[in-house]
Amino acid sequence: MTDSEPRGEGYEAQHVHSVYEEIASHFSSTRYKPWPIVERFLKELPDGSIGADVGCGNGKYLAVNKKVFIVGSDRSTNLIKIAKEHQPHAAVVADNLSLPHPFGCFDFAISIAVIHHLSTPERRVEAVQAVLNLLRPPSGGNKNSGRVLIYVWALEQKDSRRGWDEGHEQDVMVPWVLKSGERTKKEKGQKTQRDGVVNSPPEETVAPAPKEDKTFLRYYHLYRKEELEHDIDEAGGTVLESGYEKDNWWAIASPRQQT
Amino acid sequence: MKLLTLNFLTCAIKTCKSSPLSFPLHPREVELEILETDYNAVFLRNILPRLEWEALRVLAGELGLPSLPESSPDVSSLSTSSEEDDSETPTQVAQDLHRLLLETCIKEGKLVCGCCGHEYAVKEGVANFLLPGHLV
Repeated sequence: MTDSEPRGEGYEAQHVHSVYEEIASHFSSTRYKPWPIVERFLKELPDGSIGADVGCGNGKYLAVNKKVFIVGSDRSTNLIKIAKEHQPHAAVVADNLSLPHPFGCFDFAISIAVIHHLSTPERRVEAVQAVLNLLRPPSGGNKNSGRVLIYVWALEQKDSRRGWDEGHEQDVMVPWVLKSGERTKKEKGQKTQRDGVVNSPPEETVAPAPKEDKTFLRYYHLYRKEELEHDIDEAGGTVLESGYEKDNWWAIASPRQQT
Repeated sequence: MKLLTLNFLTCAIKTCKSSPLSFPLHPREVELEILETDYNAVFLRNILPRLEWEALRVLAGELGLPSLPESSPDVSSLSTSSEEDDSETPTQVAQDLHRLLLETCIKEGKLVCGCCGHEYAVKEGVANFLLPGHLV
């Protein structure tokens, strides 16, 4: 990756935000199957719960439970135009470090595959804090504070086609190849051949592409074991449950009681 | 963007959030549209106690919509049940709330923070809360 560029907001504007804006339609057509732990989290919510989906993308998680109300947000206008069609929910364009919601107004939140796009440790902790701030805080003896489910890409995924593992560089650029004219959804089970990785072994690189294809590189910070829990703690949250699922670390957290 | 959304929105600028002036955001120069959607009794019943009623009254006034009662209707006023077949019929109150919260949408216009005066644009039903660099 290009280490000469200073990381931060401007870096993410170029290496994350503008990429999603450009690939929105194609990206969306590949994102329709909910991950099981996210689906379970959303389905187990009491009816009438109100929450936020921070970094909702095309809104695929807005379709899971129609008995709750979710306000989704994403930096990409093109993805929000797709997301806002999911009734009865809502979706707005916003930055995950400057969210347009009153503090403590939600029962729950999800942040799925979002925080790993922030390019400094401070900004990642700030992003966790921004989500925790949305949740109903614990008050008095009432431990029933809001809960957030956070998912980030794992460094430890040696069995994945990308082959990253412990000891590998954690800050990586991951290509997305946009085939010109392509509009079709991929068939179930057909692993994407586009979403490969720079400098990966030859057998894992993207197949030779027709001239007109365009490759976009997205920045990711790959989380190592226990790093997500550390960030949550640093941000003032309590981890209630955490684990590893299919190349990702996840955690369910609540805002810590103020002392 | 359906009006219900405004119940959960405020200014994106952190320093405004502690000010009561930042909620609700004030719609200006808006074009409204009605997007019909299925009536959902359970959803409405659940959402009603979560509404900031005073803010909703302010919004209805600013948008030139029929004025709302001073206090939130009770959940029990949303339906009348028939003793004969156990069915529930939505009352006029429920139908009006459904229309106001879920079907009345801001298509174009601005949402203005009453604290700092920042204007957020709404275009084609999408509200944009991205801040210019100097306000982040």
